[in-house]
Amino acid sequence: MIIRNVRILGGEPVDIRVENGLIAAVTPAGAQPPAAGDQVVEGQGALALPGLVDLHTHLREPGREDAETVQTGTQSAARGGYTAVHAMANTSPVADTAGVVEQVWRLGHEFGHCDVHPVGAVTVGLEGRQLAELGAMADSAARVRVFSDDGKCVDDAVLMRRALEYVKAFDGVVAQHAQEPRLTGGAQMNEGQVSGRLGLTGWPAVAEEAIIARDCLLAAHVGSRLHVCHVSTAGSVEILRWAKSKGWDVTAEVTPHHLLLTDDLVEESPVGAYNPIYKVNPPLRTRADVEALREALADGTIDVVATDHAPHPVEDKETEWSAAAMGMVGLETALSVVQEAMVETGLLDWAGVADRMSAAPARIGRLSGQGQPLQVGSPANIVLYDPSVRTEVDPSAFASKSRNTPYEGMTLPGRVVATFLRGKPTVLEGKLV
Amino acid sequence: MNRHLISAGDLGKDDALLILDTAEELARVSERSIKKLPTLRGRTVVNLFFEDSTRTRISFEAAAKRLSADVINFSAKGSSVSKGESLKDTALTLEAMGADAVVIRHSASGAPHRLATWVRGSVLNAGDGTHEHPTQALLDAFSMRRRLGGLEGRKVTIVGDVLHSRVARSNVLLLGTLGAEVTLVAPPTLLPVSVGSWPCEVSYDLDAVLPKSDVVMMLRVQKERMNAAYFPSEREYSRRYGLDRDRFAKMPDDAIVMHPGPMNRGMEIAAEVADSPRSTIVEQVANGVTIRMAVLYLLLGGETA
Repeated sequence: MIIRNVRILGGEPVDIRVENGLIAAVTPAGAQPPAAGDQVVEGQGALALPGLVDLHTHLREPGREDAETVQTGTQSAARGGYTAVHAMANTSPVADTAGVVEQVWRLGHEFGHCDVHPVGAVTVGLEGRQLAELGAMADSAARVRVFSDDGKCVDDAVLMRRALEYVKAFDGVVAQHAQEPRLTGGAQMNEGQVSGRLGLTGWPAVAEEAIIARDCLLAAHVGSRLHVCHVSTAGSVEILRWAKSKGWDVTAEVTPHHLLLTDDLVEESPVGAYNPIYKVNPPLRTRADVEALREALADGTIDVVATDHAPHPVEDKETEWSAAAMGMVGLETALSVVQEAMVETGLLDWAGVADRMSAAPARIGRLSGQGQPLQVGSPANIVLYDPSVRTEVDPSAFASKSRNTPYEGMTLPGRVVATFLRGKPTVLEGKLV
Repeated sequence: MNRHLISAGDLGKDDALLILDTAEELARVSERSIKKLPTLRGRTVVNLFFEDSTRTRISFEAAAKRLSADVINFSAKGSSVSKGESLKDTALTLEAMGADAVVIRHSASGAPHRLATWVRGSVLNAGDGTHEHPTQALLDAFSMRRRLGGLEGRKVTIVGDVLHSRVARSNVLLLGTLGAEVTLVAPPTLLPVSVGSWPCEVSYDLDAVLPKSDVVMMLRVQKERMNAAYFPSEREYSRRYGLDRDRFAKMPDDAIVMHPGPMNRGMEIAAEVADSPRSTIVEQVANGVTIRMAVLYLLLGGETA
């Protein structure tokens, strides 16, 4: 197969020859005419990036197949330009045994829209009392390396310490959902001016920052890797910057929505006040937080963009605010939002985007076949992206089973034209293959 | 005026004064032996109460009936809501029944905003969670105006659990619009962290504020706050923030005492103070019916059949 006339990371136009799932040659556009029998994909000058890798996806299967399945979730990922996703453990049953993680891994493998790497729960049933069998999940066919109780914080300091220590045996990483539960009882949105006016229980920034500070210190003390999920505040950025300056092995992610949206939307938006489409955990913060997060992603203090794709059925969002589920879908809009927040603002170039959305998450998840630069010998995990168009977000076109996007009706830049997983197209001309 | 009354902040000064002046006229009707007006004949008002509040419900019911509206009381207990029906389905049901106005009381902040996106009729917020209670603020303003003459430049002190109080939020907005100067007094734990951005003054010291107050409004302390570390004990709260006889004596002679009810006598307010002639607590209840008549009249009366 030959992919003609694409610009790797925005560079000069090239043709990419793919053989046996690997990149066999990269030559100046038009230099090598296609051979007879070649499948030809016309890139038409599109940007070529390494296939995106998501460290934080909720596929909902098993348990909430009404919201998403491994099939629809990975289709959604492919449409967003992803070639690998990490499936979070908060399913029903919880992915806290080798059996459940292998089931999710196999489903991903069968459908083949993108690689599925299950995340294992840190504690049994996400209950924060007893370590799950982390080693068994690591040794399973799913080869789990990322462990997280995401949705809940491992708030017990001793348990967190033990988890950080234990996963060293198989080069694992604990991905912490940083939320001090005692400071966030009944929390509904960012604690600040808007929550005060709206009479919604606040989720203070300190509840995130206190856990991040503690966990950085714990990781340093036991010499482990720590990954911080969905960082949302300016204060968290400062703590991470400090921890990294010490040389500690701490990484962090930010979601697309925390790079673009603010808590003002809960009070005033085109879809009305108190619309739970903006309800998410951690909550949308302030403009100052958004600015700090963008800067941190640009300078590498935050290593990756992770979607926290959280599908919910309509009825879980069409309610009063406090009854609504928390979360937003994000796979199919992530690259556009990152372009809007980071590229259009001049904070990141396309090489930077490739690092934050592909290379760095693959490195943290220890995925050897993902996140490689687009050069000869690399697996042909490629996304073709047209950054020049601006379109209105239309949730009815999503491959995801759920429609809970905060971007409905917004005009965002860019469009995923094609996605290739080890040379096999999963998306062509913007449509699933 | 707006089609709905959801937040006191939706009311401009002209709107607010129109409601108060209309209430003044309607108050004269309440003094007649036949209290009924034909204004809303054939219109349907639904009282949709997801939270028990007999006082507010009967106040709205009396107001609607005095304007000859048909009133349907829909209480969440024992209805389809307790069987898991969503707010949206309830709203669509009421819509199908042809409700011209829905008066909603709900424990979730923002429920009236959501309701307003699903029904065509007017939505009147009768208290949503810890957000707002605009007709309470209107009746408070009406009561103050009747006692004090006007609100411009008047000093109103609101004391108690501001953090969880919908009455306080609505009063801060409305009284500000009407030109009064509001001071909130509470222990710091019962104030929103962002209270500094509100259009009012804030103090932790009740004794310092009392001598300068034209109105002192005491808020109810909810039982569930008493065991959640907002303050050490009921007695300590009462000593520092309760309006007892000694504090009452520090108020200017013509200053009035208000309370939205129901009161914890002996906790935030002493019985002698609540029952004094300078207390407006009973008037507030009567004024509640009048102000709700005015709101229903202005929201629905404009398009009478």
